[in-house]
Amino acid sequence: MTEYLIKNGFVFDPVLGIKGDKADVAIKDGKIVETTALSSPKVIDAAEKAVMAGGVDIHAHVAGPKVNIGRNFRPEDKLFGYKAKNGIERMQGGFSVPTTIRTGYNYARMGYTTVMEAAMPPLYARHTHEEIRDTPILDQGAYPVFGNNWFVLEYLKNHEIENTAAYIAWLLKATKGYAVKVVNPGGTEAWGWGLNCENVHDPVPYFDITPAQIVKGLIEANEYLGLPHSMHMHANNLGNPGNYTTTLDTFKLSEGIKPNSKFDRDQVMHHTHVQFHSYGGDSWANVDSRTKEIMDYVNSHDNITIDMGQVTLDETTTMTADGPFEHHLTELNHLKWANTDVELETGSGVVPYVYSPNIKVCAIQWAIGLELALLAKDSMRVYLTTDHPNAGPFIRYPRIIKWLMSQEAREQQIDAFKHKDKVIGATNLAGIDRELDLYEIAQMTRAGPAKSLGLPHMYGGLAPGLEGDVAVFDFNPNEPYAPDEIENAFSSVRYLFKTGVQVINDHEIVSNGNKRTLWVNAKVDQNPQVMRDVKEKFLRYYTVTLNNYEVTGRYLPNPYVIEVDATE
Amino acid sequence: MTKTVTDVICPFCGTLCDDLEVVVSDDGKELLEVYNACAIGAEKFLHSQAKERITRPRMRQEDGSWKEISYDEAVEYTARMLTDAKKPLMYGWSSTNCEAQSIGSEIGELVGAVMDNTATVCHGTSLIAVQDIGIPSCTLGEVKNRADRILFWGCNPAHAHPRHMSRYSIFPRGFFTGKGHTGRKVIVIDPRPTDTARMADVHLQVEQGRDYELLNALRVAFKGKQLPDVVAGIPKEQIYEAAETLKSGRFAIIFFGMGVTQSLGKNHNIDEAIAVTRDLNEYTKAAIMPMRGHYNVTGSGQVWGWQFGFPYAVDLSRGFARYNPGETTSNDLLRRDEVDAVFVLGSDPGAHFPFSSVKKIYDRPSVVIDPHETPTTEVCKVHVPVAFVGVEVGGCAYRMDNVPIETRKVIEPPEGVMTDEEFLDRVLERVREIKSE
Repeated sequence: MTEYLIKNGFVFDPVLGIKGDKADVAIKDGKIVETTALSSPKVIDAAEKAVMAGGVDIHAHVAGPKVNIGRNFRPEDKLFGYKAKNGIERMQGGFSVPTTIRTGYNYARMGYTTVMEAAMPPLYARHTHEEIRDTPILDQGAYPVFGNNWFVLEYLKNHEIENTAAYIAWLLKATKGYAVKVVNPGGTEAWGWGLNCENVHDPVPYFDITPAQIVKGLIEANEYLGLPHSMHMHANNLGNPGNYTTTLDTFKLSEGIKPNSKFDRDQVMHHTHVQFHSYGGDSWANVDSRTKEIMDYVNSHDNITIDMGQVTLDETTTMTADGPFEHHLTELNHLKWANTDVELETGSGVVPYVYSPNIKVCAIQWAIGLELALLAKDSMRVYLTTDHPNAGPFIRYPRIIKWLMSQEAREQQIDAFKHKDKVIGATNLAGIDRELDLYEIAQMTRAGPAKSLGLPHMYGGLAPGLEGDVAVFDFNPNEPYAPDEIENAFSSVRYLFKTGVQVINDHEIVSNGNKRTLWVNAKVDQNPQVMRDVKEKFLRYYTVTLNNYEVTGRYLPNPYVIEVDATE
Repeated sequence: MTKTVTDVICPFCGTLCDDLEVVVSDDGKELLEVYNACAIGAEKFLHSQAKERITRPRMRQEDGSWKEISYDEAVEYTARMLTDAKKPLMYGWSSTNCEAQSIGSEIGELVGAVMDNTATVCHGTSLIAVQDIGIPSCTLGEVKNRADRILFWGCNPAHAHPRHMSRYSIFPRGFFTGKGHTGRKVIVIDPRPTDTARMADVHLQVEQGRDYELLNALRVAFKGKQLPDVVAGIPKEQIYEAAETLKSGRFAIIFFGMGVTQSLGKNHNIDEAIAVTRDLNEYTKAAIMPMRGHYNVTGSGQVWGWQFGFPYAVDLSRGFARYNPGETTSNDLLRRDEVDAVFVLGSDPGAHFPFSSVKKIYDRPSVVIDPHETPTTEVCKVHVPVAFVGVEVGGCAYRMDNVPIETRKVIEPPEGVMTDEEFLDRVLERVREIKSE
């Protein structure tokens, strides 16, 4: 493999603690190495440029059944933006729900090299992996959903942690999944009857268990196994005024639980798209920001990490395993609604949405997302996401970086809101003058998510031994710059290396890379009871046979297996 | 000695049963028995054993007779035909696996083809309706475990999806449906007294072509508003009663087929049927599902969805993907003479397209990839026989509820017969060579 020496760039790396000093980065055999280890490298001139590790997205909906219905039922999303095939690039379409090919290329153009699919319905795991296989360049993994799974509901009703853990290990292997995702625990099962669970103590119909029991039990099972990532949480009551109390109640379920993982993470709960969970008030007329209460809690509890779910003020496509929420949304905006309930496991919904700067609530949502990042004491625990495509498409990350780094850019946006004064009154943002620096951006987009995922030994930094994922941006932090220059620089990386292969040269995609699919193989002691339950449920209630359920290797042409040993 | 292969997936219809058992000879070359399948499914497996099966590509001669050619020659003809054409049509893609569909779309992209699948004469109208209004749906297991109101509209699973009713809809005992069919109310809406209608609690014999009116009347009835005495041939009392039956269920499901998608009103019928389902969700839980025909027509819509963003009628001829049903759909293109070569894989347009379209295929350079002899092979210039997907080669297929299942290989194909994937791989390679010349 070609060796590379990226010379004289301004390096931002939270792993090595480098805050913009001039330094060289060396790549050999797919990994970062000491510069002395190179023999005859190709030299990349990074003078006057910013150098970071490849970006890591901890939460995006980029592959799988609900993403694809988003594509197929929105031909209008492809209007005007289709890109013809060109050289090694295949044709690419879609704005808020891009084709898999565009997804891979557009993440690479922003300097990202690792992207996690945030919700995989287990019965549809093959579909998710087929799409991941067709997404070029990126390393990816997918989180199967557990929070409404009948096995989990039945085991946790009696607090059977060991059985829950054995089932998780079995399902991760069957679906080639990466982590334990929980979406509206109990609520989506209730949606099977057109109902919902609106807070953590609202019992699940028939199963007679509360969301709180599900969440706490899954955290404990996750730590029993010692998985790389913590339990990944989307709480009940998403998107409703006054829901911040449900969010705090959910956070509190992690209290007193310590991480038990050899993967060097500190949290036991990652709560995703917290923007959607930080609302005060009791109606859309008086909804306001409760980021102070939320961030007070996050800042003072280091066993939690969160991501933003930043609203980008675009027309987009919402999609979630939170079935009842999408029904609620279609009743609000009267746009088309797709829904799929999945036997024994989960559900999902998809509804287009327009976040208009002329609508007060959308502008308040926009402010709330930014407040979360700006009120964070530790940017290693608060990550940049848009919950793509729910709060906006991922291609807006550079714009969000601009808003985070520039008060001027934020003020410009606030001035453009139709209901500016009401928005300022309902939020804290206008009173916050903090501007993040590139080191904090690198924490939020690289080192932080990599650590939370349990992958600091692979991603997120430039220390020797890590994967050779390096991005070089046309941005000189030591020169004065206009806010838009930040957005422009982060929209189109100058050079990008993925596992030691150069995939972008002078802004041009030059290789489809060597993408891998990450999954976690957790070994547990034989558990005859769980295996008997699995056999019985497949025999009686599933519509596929047990032998036709497991995703075989042909769906993962280039797998990267992370082994976990939870046997005694 | 014989071997029994279990958990075999049936590559016939969108029901995609996965519990078949197939008995094969010890050397894995002969298929002897098929268990659990319906009559059509069993026949598909046994048909692979036909003694008169074509196992080598053939080219039509001047005098209309066939001449055997090699796979190499077939690859060359196909690649040349596709690269020489200004705008070839690549049609079918419904009776093959997703792997082949994926290679096919790469070829289509390189040669600037129009990619279309059998939805174009089937559930394409449903796909348009979904783009208008969305679709509240579920997996078939949700029906089995929860549904107590089953509505079949313009479809006849007793003949078209024979095991649907026993596996998923009318008879199974599920988690919340322990009484099986005695706990369910079945309504059939069909102008014909079908065998499915005979099994129903209620058969509303709608006047042909008046489905939209009846659907609309149901929405009126849900709200308790006034109806005329008779709508679409059905007395209003029966409509109110049907509406009440649906509303009073815990979980209602509507299955619909060609009777509504390809009759007067087309996609507008489906718009209204989905609106009925949306309305029902105000009172109870309801879902709706198209009864997809070919076992993997759903899969081709999925593959093109993630690669191009559209489920059928994808025109790649301009270097980027366009979608405009009515313009980029197969029959419209053929009848307007807008395509100059035809490639068919995994479908039989010779049997299903209007005769005026079939004549156009006959007039053009054309290749059909199909294990069987069909009406389409009779009008094409080259016929390439291939292995049966789901019998002689595995691969991914999507059930009518979009659930992907990996089909199995149970026996070896006849010696020297290529699979769809192998043949398409060779064509792709050759197209790349020709393009770089």
